[in-house]
Amino acid sequence: MAVPVTKLAPDHGRGLGYETDLERIEIELLLEGVYRHYGFDFRSYAYASIRRRLLKRTEAEGLRNISELHARILHDTDAMELLLLDLSVNVTAMFRDPSFYREFRAQVIPLLRTYPFIRIWHAGCSTGEEVFSMAVLLEEEGLYDRTRIYATDINDMVLQRARQGIFPLDRMQEYTENYIRAGGTRSFSEYYTAKYDGALFAPTLSRNIVFSQHNLVTDRSFSEFHVIFCRNVLIYFDKALQNRVHRLFYDSLVMFGVMALGSKESLKFSQFESSYEKISATEKLYRKTH
Amino acid sequence: MTTAEAGYDLVLVGTSWGGLAVLRALVTALPLSLCMAVVLVQHRHRDSDHLLRTLLQEGTDLPVDEIEDKMALEQGRIYVAPPNYHTLIEPGHFSLSTEAPVRHSRPSIDVTFHSAADSYGARTVGVVLTGANDDGSDGLRRIVERGGLALVQDPATAESPAMPAAAIRAVPKARVMPLLDLVNFVASLPAGTPAREGR
Ligand SMILES: C[S@@+](CC[C@H](N)C(=O)[O-])C[C@H]1O[C@@H](n2cnc3c(N)ncnc32)[C@H](O)[C@@H]1O
Repeated sequence: MAVPVTKLAPDHGRGLGYETDLERIEIELLLEGVYRHYGFDFRSYAYASIRRRLLKRTEAEGLRNISELHARILHDTDAMELLLLDLSVNVTAMFRDPSFYREFRAQVIPLLRTYPFIRIWHAGCSTGEEVFSMAVLLEEEGLYDRTRIYATDINDMVLQRARQGIFPLDRMQEYTENYIRAGGTRSFSEYYTAKYDGALFAPTLSRNIVFSQHNLVTDRSFSEFHVIFCRNVLIYFDKALQNRVHRLFYDSLVMFGVMALGSKESLKFSQFESSYEKISATEKLYRKTH
Repeated sequence: MTTAEAGYDLVLVGTSWGGLAVLRALVTALPLSLCMAVVLVQHRHRDSDHLLRTLLQEGTDLPVDEIEDKMALEQGRIYVAPPNYHTLIEPGHFSLSTEAPVRHSRPSIDVTFHSAADSYGARTVGVVLTGANDDGSDGLRRIVERGGLALVQDPATAESPAMPAAAIRAVPKARVMPLLDLVNFVASLPAGTPAREGR
């Protein structure tokens, strides 16, 4: 494929030293090793961020270089678990981007009211904050009883935490502000009880949620959905892998189903732009049109 | 080795909250014939909107974009790092990350500078302007290690001198200038790959 003249070319062999080239070899070998030994395929993740996290892990393990890290994780499953936690950046929040949830109420809820039964997929749900936020929203809109939410992640450890429905108490103030700005119609404290230093969310909220492990890179579609959330997950993939995963989402959405991306993600840089129409001027909400 | 030293492709500018006036001065001075990409990383509140982009666009006819994931890096454009994400630079495009804030900042100037140094090496210019912490120092050192250029606003002319002062301590060979000189200097930097023919 031709590179437009105006695009900046990478610094192939110019100015960059031996160290960077060698490091790239080490990283590629490590990712290959992880894939062949553990089955987790990070080979098409966005390079700069993978590199950053591998270097941090190397330092945290007190090792000198990525080859040493490679040897350790192949022989020590505990070290691999730690690496998996690092590679699968699990940072999340309840009602992250309140304006997104406000727009979801305004644009998507009316569409959902037309379905007798609603299936939603949260792909890359991490520790569940986003899923519980949506359960709260659907409850307030009177739609939760006819909804089933499938929440998946590559990382089983975060799913175990998500199933408990306990979130850090010290973030409840931030989440309460988010909830209000997201258009919440009740008092946020109705939904949880403080327990030690955790906020335990009412078990009734998770009555229609199924958490399960699913790898977007290697696993297939498992149903047809009316809404798919995949927010702040695709940013960790390179462009080719993003396109592959967009194909999976496209195949998993009903016609006129809604695709929700993170606020700085876009279908614009994917091959699927023309298969969807934007349903919001400000948020990354798209509807499958053909 | 070819003549990478001949010019630059990428200018990265770091400043903390309160850096609007300096950023505005900088973009206003950039010539329309700019053959580099300029990436601005400013600390700001996680829910801040597109106001920064809008205010900067008012100061220049060069296009100003707020970065989205996988957006292409092109010459003659100005890019603003979005709040609440780290901006990483890959060869030819941006990638975003929600990794934890680095020393309380997301975007972290260090993260962007580091990844740019590793992708663009000697064709990178790092600029540290007014700011109230020491973000950017570490990344600026990386840029210089990779053969790139370091520019720092003279702390005496900065509204908050801490960030430029820290950058000078970390990179003693950085070129230190008052804002106006620095802005003109950036505007006159030679581009690395003007009118590239295919590769
Ligand atoms: C930054 S979190 C996003 C959480 C939430 N969606 C949000 O926006 O707040 C990214 C999540 O993607 C998951 N992830 C990364 N690679 C994945 C893959 N191949 N398949 C499924 N999930 C993946 C990570 O484990 C992590 O929990």
